[in-house]
Amino acid sequence: MKKLPPWGWAVIVLLLVLLFNLVKTPGFFEFHVRDGRIYGSLIDILNRATPVLLLSLGMTLVIATGGVDLSVGAVMAMTGATAACLIAQPTNSPLSSINVHQSIPQIIVISLFVALLCGTFNGMLVSWLGLQPIVATLLLMVAGRGIAQLLSNGQIITFQFPAFQAIGNGGTLGLPNPMWIGVIVACLFGLLVRGTALGLFVSAVGSNPIAAKNSGINPGRVKMVAYVLTALCAGIAGIIGTADIQAADATNAGLNLELDAILAVSVGGTFSNSGRFSIFGSVVGAILMQTLTTTILTRGVSADATLIIKAIVVVTVCLLQSPEFRNLFSKLGSFVPKKSGGVA
Amino acid sequence: MSRANLQAKLPVMITAVVFLALYLGAGLHFDNFLTLRVFFNQFSTNSFLGIVAVGMTFVILTGGIDLSVGSMIGCTSIMAASLMKFHHVHPLVGLGIPLLFGILIGYTQGVLVAKFSLPPFLVTLAGLFFCRGVALFISQETLNIEDEFFKKSLSEVSFHITDKATVSVPSIIFILVVAVGMFVSLRTPFGRNVFAIGGNRQSAELMGLPVRKTLIGVYTLSGFLGALGGAVFTIFTSSGNATSATGLELDAIAAAVIGGTLLSGGYGSVFGTLLGVGILGVVQTAIAFDGNLNSWWTKIVIGALLMAFMLVQKGIERAATRKVTV
Amino acid sequence: MAGERPTCLQLTGIGKRFPGVVALAGVDFDLRQGEIHALLGENGAGKSTLIKVMTGVYTADDGTVDLNGKQYAFKTPQEAVNAGISTVYQEVNLLPNLSIAENICLGREAKGAFGIKWNDVRARAVKALARLDLKLDVKAPLSSLSIALQQMVAIARALDVSAKVLVLDEPTSSLDAHEVEQLFATMRKLREEGLGIIFVTHFLDQVYAVSDRITILRNGQKIGVWNASELPRLELVSQMIGRDAAVLESQGTASLTTETSTPFLTFEGVGRKGAIEGVQLNIGPGQVMGFAGLLGSGRSETVRLIFGADTKDSGNFLLDGRTIQRFNQRKAILSGIGLCPEDRKKEGVFPELSIRENILVVYQAKRGWLRKLSLPKQKQMAGALAKDLGVHPPDIERPIQFLSGGNQQKALLARWMAVEPRLLLLDEPTRGIDVGAKFEIMSLVSKQREEGRSFVFVSSELTEVVRTCQSVLVMRDRKAIKTLTGKEITEDSIIHAIAEDSK
Repeated sequence: MKKLPPWGWAVIVLLLVLLFNLVKTPGFFEFHVRDGRIYGSLIDILNRATPVLLLSLGMTLVIATGGVDLSVGAVMAMTGATAACLIAQPTNSPLSSINVHQSIPQIIVISLFVALLCGTFNGMLVSWLGLQPIVATLLLMVAGRGIAQLLSNGQIITFQFPAFQAIGNGGTLGLPNPMWIGVIVACLFGLLVRGTALGLFVSAVGSNPIAAKNSGINPGRVKMVAYVLTALCAGIAGIIGTADIQAADATNAGLNLELDAILAVSVGGTFSNSGRFSIFGSVVGAILMQTLTTTILTRGVSADATLIIKAIVVVTVCLLQSPEFRNLFSKLGSFVPKKSGGVA
Repeated sequence: MSRANLQAKLPVMITAVVFLALYLGAGLHFDNFLTLRVFFNQFSTNSFLGIVAVGMTFVILTGGIDLSVGSMIGCTSIMAASLMKFHHVHPLVGLGIPLLFGILIGYTQGVLVAKFSLPPFLVTLAGLFFCRGVALFISQETLNIEDEFFKKSLSEVSFHITDKATVSVPSIIFILVVAVGMFVSLRTPFGRNVFAIGGNRQSAELMGLPVRKTLIGVYTLSGFLGALGGAVFTIFTSSGNATSATGLELDAIAAAVIGGTLLSGGYGSVFGTLLGVGILGVVQTAIAFDGNLNSWWTKIVIGALLMAFMLVQKGIERAATRKVTV
Repeated sequence: MAGERPTCLQLTGIGKRFPGVVALAGVDFDLRQGEIHALLGENGAGKSTLIKVMTGVYTADDGTVDLNGKQYAFKTPQEAVNAGISTVYQEVNLLPNLSIAENICLGREAKGAFGIKWNDVRARAVKALARLDLKLDVKAPLSSLSIALQQMVAIARALDVSAKVLVLDEPTSSLDAHEVEQLFATMRKLREEGLGIIFVTHFLDQVYAVSDRITILRNGQKIGVWNASELPRLELVSQMIGRDAAVLESQGTASLTTETSTPFLTFEGVGRKGAIEGVQLNIGPGQVMGFAGLLGSGRSETVRLIFGADTKDSGNFLLDGRTIQRFNQRKAILSGIGLCPEDRKKEGVFPELSIRENILVVYQAKRGWLRKLSLPKQKQMAGALAKDLGVHPPDIERPIQFLSGGNQQKALLARWMAVEPRLLLLDEPTRGIDVGAKFEIMSLVSKQREEGRSFVFVSSELTEVVRTCQSVLVMRDRKAIKTLTGKEITEDSIIHAIAEDSK
């Protein structure tokens, strides 16, 4: 029996859910074209999965190096508020002195710069000061939302700016723009971990930080890169979210998405300090989360059940990956020869 | 030798000084702040936060974390409210069943952490989702509780200290939890094992202490206190709401850390957490008193405080390790 | 004098196997009441496994454990403690965050209506310490004590449960001379009280200072048991090291060519407090320098200083004629120094990563993250290196954790061969690997040396040191004591240098 890849369980569960829909949900796999756009449940799932997908891309690297980033939701809120304030120019925002004259590149660059600062802050706390990642990023999770509200002066900033809105709700070549962005960023990440040695370094730091240091890798710097990339992903997700609803809601933007992202990454087979991570697994994990949500919604079950089902799915998948759990089972079926995991 | 004692107590002492400074500073700045009424109201408004923060303190002392307590409050409060409103059960039963639910969830989390070595943040994150899901499943609306007994003997009861200052049932439960928490942490083998595990889990195992049982117990305790916090929240608001106390777990963590509990485990105190809750309360009340400052300043100030305390802790930690190596 | 005392602990035919390794094979051991029995052996000899069997951390596969005539099969440390075997480990296994009193009494506190009776606990702790002639403020946190006193507290805890056997597992490794003397006084006192004490150490002076009898283990087997007064120091060292054990052809020392190459790395009296003092060394191209000495003598610590894993706090460190102040692993690698660490598992391998990744990680780190070696090239390069070094199995995509120790070591060597360092530090490269792999590694060193590569070679197997090295730095008790060169290098001369009484 060949060993399942780390993302194996996520793919199996995703296929099961899709199979369920194939049988039980009429029209789930249908597409139709209206106004040059393709519509359908699957497109909708991919489109809606984008924010969590983006967050889980960066989060994969952070978790692989033994950390976690709780601040991504707040970073989304901050970048969203920045972008909205730059567009709408509300009078009593601290950002009102910056006038970018509705230049979309400038708006995006400044917003992402905010995200970059957040990522650097997290990275510094974790790799230089050696704070536990949970608390280091908790800081920005708590204070970040406050800063986002400060930027937007506590209001929901709305705007009308069709060219910018297109980022969130427009389409290109018949498919929604967020989906394109998700695909592009995911590919960039794939390129980054496969095309450069970053993937190897992340694995090495996650697998054995001492050996990594002895091999000439700087674990602090690798962690820094992971946190900065995560914050940038959160920044992109924040811009998409703001563009989509033509507003920045500092209180609710990206709320609890950090949790979705962590769950997506875990389901995708990336575990702290295992030395193995999978960008692909996280993509599958994020899509699985959204597919579950959509399935439950289309079945007419209350949306709240998604949370319960997500929790159960995550614990189950993580248990299946836990050595202790497997040992329990191999003990129950003691005639099955136990495969020893290398030298103990 | 006294220097080492000092080192262990230093974080709590700093917290106490900061608490007094903030309290007196706010008192000098705002009229009517230094009254008994405001003082005792603090206990009421922060009762549920304080109760879960005590549970959180135990979890953090072992080196773990419990992210599920906020949604546990939401879940148990809506559960209690719906039991009383739709099923017309006696309030004590209505509040008791959610407590059993909390114990069960906490126990499950403990088993997953202690027996299957899943990371605490992941397990309790799933717990957070689960509880919030159950809460929303029960009802998405705010349910007001009209039960006579509930009102007469729980939510509308208050004991007068002076003619303006009153003590409510939630405050009494809060104070009791803190007192019991202090007793358990300082004077029971369970409490000392909690410290031992946080100090060095391997050593604790070699010393023959029941590490797994204690860990399961700690998460069960936190689940129970989360549910108790939910019951108190229900009493405090006379209603249940599934989305209430969202993000409260973070305030609880902040309270414990500000109170001098080290996130790596092994150091800290329930009393410190009480002070931590006090600091959060004073900041909130002061910002509310001001009127000019917007509510988001609360978050920013709490974030800044949290950061300052963590840096102080890190500094003490580094000074301690330097002393050992030289 | 201890001849007719009754035996209290009897281990018979103890065997313990781990996947791929036989840690203990049919070991007998006996301990009498009122004796201090030294258990000696180099790393991997099996002494820590034996200790863990008798203290319930491991369960033996074969053999029996009898304590005062009663047979036991301990499943947990607690069972062993309850039966009367208490252990004090090398690293103090106590809780620095709790008070001294708690560390002594935790798990068996007196309880009353108001919880733990702290006064009783403290009184009990004071009493336990008094037995060791110690007076401490038991309310103070453990972390306020020196390591030596923490060690004493650990002993007090061990004795508090009416122990019949006390196991001291390398208790002196972090104590200074005065503290060691204090500990010995305590041990002698406890011996008079009739306690049986098992003393594990690698400091020979200490063995003779307190022990009544000595048992030596090597390669998982019992070599013998002697009365301490009847075993000469020289004999003891050669029994431990097993001079005749090497299967490698023992004749023929290393060739003495290029004896005086210009050194590129120089240590002038380099030291680091608590690790090693006064290291003088010169390493030039094509040189193999051996570090000899018993375990814990400061060999690995010196290697760590050269590699920048630790920072020196005294002396001069010259590299290519420049004085080095701040050094780290990355700088070491960039200036052509590599390290195969003593603890492969903890500091060397990335267990979950493939052999290919394990081999190429340093090469890639040196190239930088942007210039990634393409996968075909990786496979070609790692495959060639694995083949050169005879890594088996040849499937380089397998996670390295499934390889045997010898093959892991060869993969680590391949990792360094990929970057062609001019100096490679080999810390116990042949430990725990089979004879064939040992031989291959040794011949690799010889061959590479002729091509101008330098090595630092740390090994407890003197045959290997004698065969390979042009100069040998001998260390004892965290001091560099002697440098042997050329013809002076023989097993006898090294053993003499190690065993020489320091007084």
